[in-house]
Amino acid sequence: MSIDVPQTLEAFMAQALAMEHEAMQRYAELADVMETHNNREVAELFRKMSAIENRHAAQIMAEMGWKEPPPASAPAWEGFEAAETIAPDDVHYLMRPWHALQLALRAEERAERFFGRLAQAATVDSVRKAALELQQEEREHVELVRAWLAKVPQPEPDWAVDPDPPRYDE
Amino acid sequence: MNDIGIQPAALAPADFKSAIKPIWCPGCGDYSVLSSITKALAMIGRPPHEVAIVSGIGCSSRIPAYTSCYGFHGVHGRALAAATGLKLARPDLTVLVTGGDGDGYSIGGNHFLHACRRNVDMTYIVMDNHVYGMTKGQPSPTTEPDWDSKLAPGGTKIRVFHPLVVALAAGANFVARAFSGDPNGTAALIAQAIRHPGFSFVEVLSPCVTFRPEQRDWKTQVHASPVEETDDPVRAARRVMTDDGFNIGVLYAGNRAPYSPERRTPPAAVAELEAEFRV
Amino acid sequence: MGDDTDAARAGSAPRGVSIALAGSGGSGVMTAGTLLLSAAAKAGSYGLMVRTSGPQIRGGEAAALVRLADRPVDTLGDAFDLLLAIDWGNVNRFADEIPLAAGSVIIGDLDEGEPPEVYAGTGARFVALPMKKMAKGIAGSWVNMIALGLAGALAGLPQSALEDAVRADWKRGETALAANLAALAAGYAAAGGISPPLALPQVPRGAKARDRWLISGNEAAGFGAIRGGVRFVAAYPITPATEMLEWMAPALARVGGTLLQAEDELASINMIIGGAYGGVPSLTATAGPGLALMAEGIGLAVASETPVVVVDVMRGGPSTGIPAKSEQSDLSFAVSGLHGDAPRLVLAPTSIADCATTTQWAVHLAEALQAPAIVLSDQFLGQSRAIIDPPADPGLVAKRLVAEANTPGYRRYRNTESGISPMAIPGTPGVTYTADGLEHTEAAVPSSAARDHRLQLDKRERKLLAYDYGERWADIEGEGDAAVITFGSTTAAVREAVARARAQGHGIRLIAMRLLAPAQPERLTAALQGVRRVIVVEQNHGAQFYRYLRGHFELPGRPASYHRPGPLPLRPGELHQALVEWTNDRRATA
Repeated sequence: MSIDVPQTLEAFMAQALAMEHEAMQRYAELADVMETHNNREVAELFRKMSAIENRHAAQIMAEMGWKEPPPASAPAWEGFEAAETIAPDDVHYLMRPWHALQLALRAEERAERFFGRLAQAATVDSVRKAALELQQEEREHVELVRAWLAKVPQPEPDWAVDPDPPRYDE
Repeated sequence: MNDIGIQPAALAPADFKSAIKPIWCPGCGDYSVLSSITKALAMIGRPPHEVAIVSGIGCSSRIPAYTSCYGFHGVHGRALAAATGLKLARPDLTVLVTGGDGDGYSIGGNHFLHACRRNVDMTYIVMDNHVYGMTKGQPSPTTEPDWDSKLAPGGTKIRVFHPLVVALAAGANFVARAFSGDPNGTAALIAQAIRHPGFSFVEVLSPCVTFRPEQRDWKTQVHASPVEETDDPVRAARRVMTDDGFNIGVLYAGNRAPYSPERRTPPAAVAELEAEFRV
Repeated sequence: MGDDTDAARAGSAPRGVSIALAGSGGSGVMTAGTLLLSAAAKAGSYGLMVRTSGPQIRGGEAAALVRLADRPVDTLGDAFDLLLAIDWGNVNRFADEIPLAAGSVIIGDLDEGEPPEVYAGTGARFVALPMKKMAKGIAGSWVNMIALGLAGALAGLPQSALEDAVRADWKRGETALAANLAALAAGYAAAGGISPPLALPQVPRGAKARDRWLISGNEAAGFGAIRGGVRFVAAYPITPATEMLEWMAPALARVGGTLLQAEDELASINMIIGGAYGGVPSLTATAGPGLALMAEGIGLAVASETPVVVVDVMRGGPSTGIPAKSEQSDLSFAVSGLHGDAPRLVLAPTSIADCATTTQWAVHLAEALQAPAIVLSDQFLGQSRAIIDPPADPGLVAKRLVAEANTPGYRRYRNTESGISPMAIPGTPGVTYTADGLEHTEAAVPSSAARDHRLQLDKRERKLLAYDYGERWADIEGEGDAAVITFGSTTAAVREAVARARAQGHGIRLIAMRLLAPAQPERLTAALQGVRRVIVVEQNHGAQFYRYLRGHFELPGRPASYHRPGPLPLRPGELHQALVEWTNDRRATA
């Protein structure tokens, strides 16, 4: 998969920050969606994920000494959106926390692959070094999510069954 | 702008969202399209109170209230008419029209034709999910002929409506297709459509997770259009005849002048009209 | 017609002459009729011209029915003094519309055949004149000019007035003008050659020159709308409303507005809702079939509280009906033809001049009350042309209660005592909202809650009912213990009939209702003080107004109904007879 490698550490970190922000925002939006649809458990889980991504973002800001996020966008990876952002059409109104964590797990795995590929393709030392560090962090996130997954119950086979048909009144 | 010449802060997409939570099913493509619209409007840079979003009836027609812009949620199929009236009365506003394939191509079909032909400056965004989500899963004009449903068991057996073909033939000045699964790409297309003068039409493939769950496959079927955008309607017409329904990008960006009625400036006083009646 | 003679006129019937010009196949009688009216106006007379024609697009039979009088008239008389027929091609079609009496005169051209039995049998005197030959004798002239000169002379109009009228309207070059003025002169002279001489009633001449207008009801409605502030019109052509749109298109452009021809009526009503939502007073004009299509849109205007004016120029119904003829049969639809509980304004002008004032009032009311207003004009008012005193400007203009920028806690549909809540106009910061046909909270959020539905229904009803409409709601004339209630174009004929009855000693009050919805029962009760019996007069088959009044108002005694459908107008004579029979305790209903 082709990749556009940033040429400076600043540019690279700005991109990484944008990825965290986008992921944080997406989890927050999905938390709202789930809450509106009365799936409180998953809503809370998404809010936690959003908070976690927010912490990662804050970490990057602190490390780089930034007060405001510099302008940057999160590049598309293995799809239309950035590596760590979960796709909005992957949710289901009856999904269980287990499903949500599966989505988070795949997001972290994608992110790990992304930074690994970036590290390979980097031509600037500081960028490579930073990419490898972030890749390592993503590996840790993967483990964390796996551990979390082990604690939540597996969904029942009929988790998606709703005795009521869809309705739309207009 | 204040006296000391400081530019107001640039607008962010969040500035265009209202506090109202959408009722769309989780997984609905319209969430992404809403996000794309707010991103596009932030790129355009006009404040929300100078933008009006007009809609009809259907899931995607709910969009105006989910934004902080002025909104008009009218009756089924008549959004383009209301938007035309609004834009002609208020040419200063940026006018967007949102709706679905049923609202736009079925009951709205006649107004769609004439809106393309009339070429008033506005942007029409149709979220096409090939179904009437509204009344629980009936075929729409863009539904595949063999899709089974209660009202058309075994499928409609009727050729689908081709919105891009119709828009181009009827005279729309900008014709494009986007995919809700690519929110940034869709935002860029919508911004381009808004900036383009005249009637801009963006058909957004936006899967319906509840009534057409198989549309989750669309993300594997869409692809960037193999051809560049053109301002030549004949070339565009040839290209659209081989459209597989999943080409993403701008088909046509034309040069027709937008419809702009003559208005006398400065306007005459009403009393001047009386002379016509005097004996 | 100085003010000093107004009092003298008040108790008497209009004096003047009624002339019908008929012909077919391009004989130009419509033009001749218009010029006759125009010449009479210049000579100081008032008058009215009604057109009637066959269904052909060109070359069909046509008649111009002209009544010239010493005061403004909005109804034809009971019979024509003169029927001048250039030819007889299918002109018997108009027999019902051209009643002749024994004292009437028919002038016809024997080269075109004998007058049809239906006219010959009336006892009117027949005079033959070779009009087509006369026209052929003047190269380049039209036979309708012969007819114009002839009719004008017989009615006592000065030739100069006729010539001025021809010149003012002339579009075809000097040579043709000279030829036709010569034809005019020839026709004028021929009048003097008729033996024994005809003694037609003469056109009343004005004692004082006045700045009068020659105008149709459709034009007057368009003018009133613009004077009231309308600056956006979207409409679809339909008989008999199209001329209103044709007049308004250039007029609007001149005053900075715009008119768009829409693809259909569904587009029209929604377009003007869009324009009005944007803050610009907007209007459309249509007829019965178009109004039916607009019903859903009008409901949207009610629910979203968007002001619009819909002028319905009523014609024969139902369905396609009789497009070129008048009827008052859209009343029921206008006052109740929307789904849901949907209060709206319905007004009806009582004359051609009143088309201007009432349409202007409708614009003012719609904007003040943020509601749709239907104006019930009709084909008779819309397409007839009259000489009128210029309608005084009632000073009523569009003035909407708008929200101020950045109003904290702004709620578009906030419940207020008056029921009217400030409307945010797009472009105003800090008060953005989404208008909705869905039921909604005060904050414009869609809602299915009982409390919200009740509150909004109450609000939308209260804003119309609590408003003070002033004295314009009806014209109330005369004293008596009997009253006639009517609306719209029948008013003029009823007024003349009542005057005749009063002259015979019958005390009858006339109530011509201008504001039909919301119903004003208390006002009608006050207007009926001292009245013990009422009769309701209207031009439709189903007694729609009668039923509406009985359903929403208090009427004394046993209310009677005189109703007849179109296409023929109600005439003063038939109404006078009906009134006398009714006041003499004989039930008179049709």
